[in-house]
Amino acid sequence: MSRIDKTFADLRRKQETALIPFLTAGDPDLATTSKLIRTLAENGADLIELGVPFSDPMADGPTIQAASERALRAGTTVRKVLQLVAEVRSDCQIPLVLMGYYNPVFRYGAEQFAKDAAAAGVDGLLLVDLPPEEVGEISAIMKAAKIALITLLAPTTPSERMSKLAAAAEGYLYYVSMTGVTGTQKVSPADIKAAVENLQSMTEVPVGVGFGITTPEDAKAVGEFADGVVVGSALVKIIAENAGSDELLPRVGKFIAELKQGLLA
Amino acid sequence: MSYQYPDERGHFGEYGGRYVAETLMPALLELEEAYNEIRNDPSFKEEFHYYLKNYVGRPSPLYFARRLTEELGGAKIYLKREDLNHTGAHKVNNTVGQILLARRMGKQKVIAETGAGQHGVATATVAALFGMECEIFMGKEDIRRQALNVFRMKLLGAKVHECTSGTATLKDAMNDALRHWVTHVRDTFYVIGTVAGPHPYPQLVRDFQSVIGEEAKQQLQETEGRLPDVAIACIGGGSNAMGTFYPFIKDKSVRLIGVEAAGLGVDTDKHAASITAGAPGVLHGNKTYLLQNEDGQINHAHSISAGLDYPGVGPEHAHLKDIGRAEYASITDTEALAAFQKLTRIEGIIPALESAHAIAEVMKLAPTLPKEQILLVCLSGRGDKDIHTVADAMGVEF
Repeated sequence: MSRIDKTFADLRRKQETALIPFLTAGDPDLATTSKLIRTLAENGADLIELGVPFSDPMADGPTIQAASERALRAGTTVRKVLQLVAEVRSDCQIPLVLMGYYNPVFRYGAEQFAKDAAAAGVDGLLLVDLPPEEVGEISAIMKAAKIALITLLAPTTPSERMSKLAAAAEGYLYYVSMTGVTGTQKVSPADIKAAVENLQSMTEVPVGVGFGITTPEDAKAVGEFADGVVVGSALVKIIAENAGSDELLPRVGKFIAELKQGLLA
Repeated sequence: MSYQYPDERGHFGEYGGRYVAETLMPALLELEEAYNEIRNDPSFKEEFHYYLKNYVGRPSPLYFARRLTEELGGAKIYLKREDLNHTGAHKVNNTVGQILLARRMGKQKVIAETGAGQHGVATATVAALFGMECEIFMGKEDIRRQALNVFRMKLLGAKVHECTSGTATLKDAMNDALRHWVTHVRDTFYVIGTVAGPHPYPQLVRDFQSVIGEEAKQQLQETEGRLPDVAIACIGGGSNAMGTFYPFIKDKSVRLIGVEAAGLGVDTDKHAASITAGAPGVLHGNKTYLLQNEDGQINHAHSISAGLDYPGVGPEHAHLKDIGRAEYASITDTEALAAFQKLTRIEGIIPALESAHAIAEVMKLAPTLPKEQILLVCLSGRGDKDIHTVADAMGVEF
């Protein structure tokens, strides 16, 4: 059983919602990201989405755009992100999903990427701009390498399309809570509850919800019905504000612990 | 020769496709369906051609550039005068088509990205014509370079968003337009200005711009009784070139030459020649040639011409390059400036800096060809908007 499947199975048994923080690899630098991953794992994160920076992050709002720019300026590359994962795996087994845009993977070469990512200990891959219509060009390659391709669903996804995508899903499904880019609006749990429950009725694969979840209260409200909650921009903001300070790891740890508390309450 | 592209999945060979976030996929599928319905609908064609004729001022003249031909001493040079269109460039052909499509789809708001400002002006113009809300995304650097067009868009009632991320040029304006679209996708139509972006944009922009090549073909038939030997057009994203080339693709005797911006030179890191010096990749919804580094990060493009200052190219050009049906040359800033001045002095036509790249290629090629050959050039736009840039480059202060 993969690390992702095992994590969700354990949580389901305990009737807990997965806490899935997102952070950009290399923001402010890869050595700090390495420490941050452990801090997240120690304070209640169940799975981590690790952003691979891209020069043109079309689906991201200003917070994650700025994080990508900082990471690229600090010299982050796909190869270095994979080295980071390999280094983290020496003592940390939290499921890691690389999240980003297709071009860096395409340029690396999908087969070589799958081989190197699997060797490093990557569990999943979420490419924002590789929709089901185009994913065929890498799906067999990732399957062979046992890397789960995470599928995104949006409020604009029609029901029929949703059930087709849900049926083919692996790892978990990422439900985008609003039409928009990351980190610009607040989630409205009441508005998405029915859609998420409808999605859950179509599949055994867990459903994570992301975009607009910034506080323990948001996490708790969404966690009432979702199988996982993704917190991205709010965490990236804390990292940006405390980069270079001794306060960085304690503040991040505290934020994650509060989110987890919200989900357990 | 059989040439049926894009395929049903929106691919031109290896290129094209729909590489967008899931939120936008349903909108693209809806657009594709709507376009497939209207593209062969006689009432749409009639409406489109009504506005092209009575509003844009088509057909645009095909002008025999006698003095330029004599001076270069080779092939006969014909200029397809897209610069004489309403709003001053070929861009309006496409915005009329897309906005008529948007209206049929019941969308009341339009957005667009713009580099030189010509597509922004053309979109704002047609939005004004139909009383639609219009928002334009433009890089901060281009707003500085093209202040006149910015004011023009505002006069036309459009809201202009300044994009400051990345290089603050066309690429970043397109990122911001896509971000806006993802947020307002339910009631907003995105009018893409070139033959790039996710399917079906490369196809529908090509189809709307094909009026350029279709008219030129007929006009040459009337004056010369035959096809041209060469068709030349400049390429940023490549819409005027695709519009010029497409009606000639099956006429194998016609050489098709796209002219990219070589900026300070294709061997420097300051150019916009994606086909000549780029590599395949995925950006802005399509797979195509891109300027990128070995890690797949997009490089900054550079050209003296804001309209060519883009690190990618339409996917159909990428395909035409790979199958060898079209050739791609490149012209430096310096060569384009020389061509700008030459055409101005010798024909009394001030070309856009974009179009000056095509003229510069003509100046290289025409003298090497026999006098009985015919060179068709798309003069894609007029140069009024570039006067300040050219003055700067010539060291003239106002």
